[in-house]
Amino acid sequence: MIWNPDYESLPPDGLKRLQDERLGTLVDMLYRRVAFFRTKMDASGIKPGDIRGIGDLARLPFTTKDELRSGYPFELLAVDLREIVEIHTSSGTTGKPVVDAYTAGDLDTWAEAMARTLSAGGATRHDIVQNAYGYGLFTGGLGVHYGARRIGATVLPISGGNTKRQVELLRDFGTTVLTCTPSYALYLAEALREEGMKPRDMGLRAGFFGAEPWSDTMRSEIQASLGLAAYDIYGLTEIIGPGVAFECERQDGLHVNEDLFYPEIVDPETGRVLPDGQKGELVITTLTKQGTPILRYRTRDITYLDRTPCPCGRTTVRMHRLLGRTDDMLIVRGVNVFPSQIEEVILAIEGVEPHYQIIVDRRNQLDSLEVQVEMTEGLFSDEIRDLERTEKLIESRLYGTLNIHSRVKLVEPKTIARSEGKAKRILDKRQI
Amino acid sequence: MSVNQVSIFLENSKGRLAEVTRILAKEGIDLRALSLADTSDFGVLRIIVADPDRCLGVLKENGFVARTTEVVAVEVEDRPGGMSRVLDVLDEAGLNVEYMYAFVAKAREHAVVVCKIDERERAREVLKAKGIRTISAAELRGL
Repeated sequence: MIWNPDYESLPPDGLKRLQDERLGTLVDMLYRRVAFFRTKMDASGIKPGDIRGIGDLARLPFTTKDELRSGYPFELLAVDLREIVEIHTSSGTTGKPVVDAYTAGDLDTWAEAMARTLSAGGATRHDIVQNAYGYGLFTGGLGVHYGARRIGATVLPISGGNTKRQVELLRDFGTTVLTCTPSYALYLAEALREEGMKPRDMGLRAGFFGAEPWSDTMRSEIQASLGLAAYDIYGLTEIIGPGVAFECERQDGLHVNEDLFYPEIVDPETGRVLPDGQKGELVITTLTKQGTPILRYRTRDITYLDRTPCPCGRTTVRMHRLLGRTDDMLIVRGVNVFPSQIEEVILAIEGVEPHYQIIVDRRNQLDSLEVQVEMTEGLFSDEIRDLERTEKLIESRLYGTLNIHSRVKLVEPKTIARSEGKAKRILDKRQI
Repeated sequence: MSVNQVSIFLENSKGRLAEVTRILAKEGIDLRALSLADTSDFGVLRIIVADPDRCLGVLKENGFVARTTEVVAVEVEDRPGGMSRVLDVLDEAGLNVEYMYAFVAKAREHAVVVCKIDERERAREVLKAKGIRTISAAELRGL
């Protein structure tokens, strides 16, 4: 269902007019109110009057994560702190956290963006939404919460973790919609089976999974084990949280809420804007945000855009599901390797479960790539030859995709750490 | 007539084999025969026990990947040339032995060897025709 056809199905010229107008207002406001953006625009020799529409967007400077951090906590606010009603931050695991400060209007925009997201996967006021994204400073929990409230669904705000409790709620409350990270969805399915339940028959209809990259194979796995339709959702704290883009029932690319968040794809090296269809780094400009609006934010997420009309009736541009990150992209022996490529290969092999770990190391100046895959009932044989054949099969398929050699190692079940949040798939031991 | 072997996947790291034998000892499961095949990464432990189903259940409860495989237990004369005779018979019939290992206990004056052969039924027939006995699961329990 399309939540807001007035915006989601605007004819292209109408959408462009709206974006032009909103960008003009944004640039004008940022130049007047935020010293950080004024200084940068002055340094690039650009005045607000120079930006007459989306066509001029590429003239504006980028904003990076490091710059947002250096503005910690309130330097990037575009309104008085009294106007701010809620604050979220990124985890800050790699430095100072990024602050996202919301006005009442921003929370309204967020609820709208998430209402569109949940509606696109068929959620309605009749659903019971078990929201297993973390509540708190992390944007996942409350973002889904506001959207579910907006569409009138019943929210179970259980937050992340506490798997035993998750299982009880799923069983006792008749949950129909599950929201969490994709790796946690699989973890839950396993937990349900261990409790002797049949996760397929529990009445789940839809799941909205995001906050980490996943693949179509993992989607099939989740859909088969939980008996629901699994939708990819995308968002980031720096922009608003979840609600930036979402899949419709076609499950073929994520519709960007582009009346609110304008996407561009740029070459991560040169910053040059790339044409539709070409892979590069996603850059987002917040068109309507009031508290902490951002110009051309470098997300470090790799994807491409597709403007071909979607049969669902939405006219918004679609982004391909994330292909990786510019920063967790591994460079192994000079070749770009995205963990998502490895996952796709591994999960396509019958009998393999999505429990694997990628280990990169460097010995005698040479990078090595090891992929550990957990042994399963389906893969096991009493003959060493068969097991070695399985290792070789995975190695050769990986070579076919990555064009570099890797070493596949079968390990005992449950030896790779299970996550309740984002899965830790990569171990880079290189000391460079 | 077949004998069920229990096969267990083990990582090739310190203490894994001891972990299996510790669990089996705790459950009072007696190992009648065993062999360990390994590579630098992993190994497959193959064992013969009196009650393979129970053994399999215990291992799975403890998080191991394990399965049962049908194998043939053959009586071999305990003298030079005894083993050679068995293999000659199988070879002449065009039967391939994937792997084999010897039993811990002796059956009367004979030794017992466990063989993994694809065509188990035919193997038993050709051996029987040459007067070589195979041992049933029931008989094994008594050994």
